[in-house]
Amino acid sequence: MHAESQIRIPLILGNKTYRNITDDIIAPIEGKANRLWYVLFTISSLAFLWGIGCLSYTIGVGIGAWGSNNGVDWAWDITNFVWWIGIGHAGTLISAVLLLFRQKWRMAINRSAEAMTIFAVLCAAIFVTLHTGRPWLDYMLFPLPNQFGSLWPNFNSPLLWDVFAVSTYATVSIVFWYIGLIPDFAMIRDRVVKPRMKKAYALLSFGWGGSVRHWSRFEEVSLVLAGLSTPLVFSVHSIVSFDFATSIVPGWHTTIFPPYFVSGAVFSGFAMVLTLMIIVRKVYKLEAYLTIKHIEYMNIVIIVTGSIVGVAYLTELFVAWYSGVEWEQYAFLNRATGPMAWAYWIMMTCNVISPQLFWFKKLRTSIAFTFVLSIVVNIGMWFERFVIIVPTLCRTYLPSTWNSYSPSFVDVGIFVGTIGMFFTLFLLYSRTFPVIAQAELKSILKASGEEHKKLAADHAHH
Amino acid sequence: MATKQIIHGIYSDEVPLLDACAKLRASGIRIKDVFTPFPVHGIDPVVGVPRTRLAICAFIYGVTGLSLATLMMWYMMVHDWPNDIGGKPNWNYYSAIPAFIPITFEATVFCAAHGLALTYLLRCWLVPGAKAKNPDPRTTDDKFMIYLELNDEQSKKADEILRSSGAEEVNYKGTITIEPKY
Repeated sequence: MHAESQIRIPLILGNKTYRNITDDIIAPIEGKANRLWYVLFTISSLAFLWGIGCLSYTIGVGIGAWGSNNGVDWAWDITNFVWWIGIGHAGTLISAVLLLFRQKWRMAINRSAEAMTIFAVLCAAIFVTLHTGRPWLDYMLFPLPNQFGSLWPNFNSPLLWDVFAVSTYATVSIVFWYIGLIPDFAMIRDRVVKPRMKKAYALLSFGWGGSVRHWSRFEEVSLVLAGLSTPLVFSVHSIVSFDFATSIVPGWHTTIFPPYFVSGAVFSGFAMVLTLMIIVRKVYKLEAYLTIKHIEYMNIVIIVTGSIVGVAYLTELFVAWYSGVEWEQYAFLNRATGPMAWAYWIMMTCNVISPQLFWFKKLRTSIAFTFVLSIVVNIGMWFERFVIIVPTLCRTYLPSTWNSYSPSFVDVGIFVGTIGMFFTLFLLYSRTFPVIAQAELKSILKASGEEHKKLAADHAHH
Repeated sequence: MATKQIIHGIYSDEVPLLDACAKLRASGIRIKDVFTPFPVHGIDPVVGVPRTRLAICAFIYGVTGLSLATLMMWYMMVHDWPNDIGGKPNWNYYSAIPAFIPITFEATVFCAAHGLALTYLLRCWLVPGAKAKNPDPRTTDDKFMIYLELNDEQSKKADEILRSSGAEEVNYKGTITIEPKY
């Protein structure tokens, strides 16, 4: 039996038994949804429907319906793509990187964080498939023999790398998530009494039984998948940043983009996990598993990644000045003082200043403050992508091509629609899936449960 | 033909279960299987489960992915239709290799991860519609079970060990007839 130091704060509060964990995780699945759930579900599915409407309109009339114009051809759409894919990064980071570092606090949050990853990547996929203008020809992104002779996609292009990176990331995340879900679906299958539910969960659980050989393989598979996902998650956002960094647009053509984008992605992803988990722990009464300590740990990650992002912003400014390249200098001067300076300063406030407040223990252990700040961070990170893309493209090399940009209602509609879709999926997930990896949680109950730790401490004193 | 007794030893904690497993093995009884609600650490050597070779499979799938990606990009970009894109020609593979690294990496991970997951699911026969493998549904909740298939003489010995090590229940679930192997 692995014994944990008494200095460490317990990860499972109260006097819980294995049975209690089962009961607490299954409660939202067996129970009826409350009014709050229906209210949230109605709002988010209406937003989703509006999004579907705008999406169909775009497909019907073409992307002329968007605010994008000749100079600013990547605008709202790619901003949203990068924002969503960035949010997705926290899930894999929590489940893979924290598994490799043996951070046990990941166990209470990894399931929902991974679910969030998958839903965020789905939202991101809408924007990339749509921005090609003719989404029915998107199969041409894949290396298939086509009707134009043997002309293949360009493997020298970061846009094609992105196709491979995002599809690998999406499918591997789904597989990683599902393999972890199988034992928990089996637990639900063995517990529920309604025959239709039993049948559904029997199908989902793939006949899992918890045999010692299967657990041994399960742990090996989790470890190897974590080892594969860790470089994968870093590669995906690096490649997303290559879309910008390998171009010759001033303000984009910088070597710090990959680490800058990856830390920004983790930053916004953790913020989104916090937003969701603070609601989930309250609504489903999971305060014993998602403790203040978990929130504090996540806030510490936010300080670290937020500071990396802050340093990256300042480095960009310094390098632009130090390079002596006038176009580069102007690109940053334009961002900070040009017509869209408001976006730049929103970004700076939300991403650089606000996370530094978490240095105060009182603030990073406050649930209300964390909730507000997690939303502030995601607003800031949306503006980061907007600032990188739009003001830069408004003022490129030739002043005669200078342009302005404002989104059309269709742009806004699709974005709001993806937020609606994200929350619709998450709400459905939270009522049908085990929101916490209960099997893993049971494995740390004796080492990290509050009551068990107290007993161990008493034992040591006598 | 040999007739064997099926015994379920049910525990509510993993510590006495590990203790019982060690004692059973020490007295020469083969543990057919153990069912637990979560991965119990350190149980594999006690029950006698050999280390899985799935990681080796993952490596082989990864190498396959790497080779396939290399072959694909060589064929499409160098052999079949070489282009000079942005002053970066593709007349041979090695000079254009930096541009091929990202996709080579992604394909390696793609094949390793999916190959590994599929192998794992098939090796454990975890497929949609498969019958639940745990003989007692409580073992996914909070109970731990030692599953034994023993002849009469061993059954008596096992019964004693199970009860003395703190089993909550020792259930006899009928007999199984095993055809001799020729």
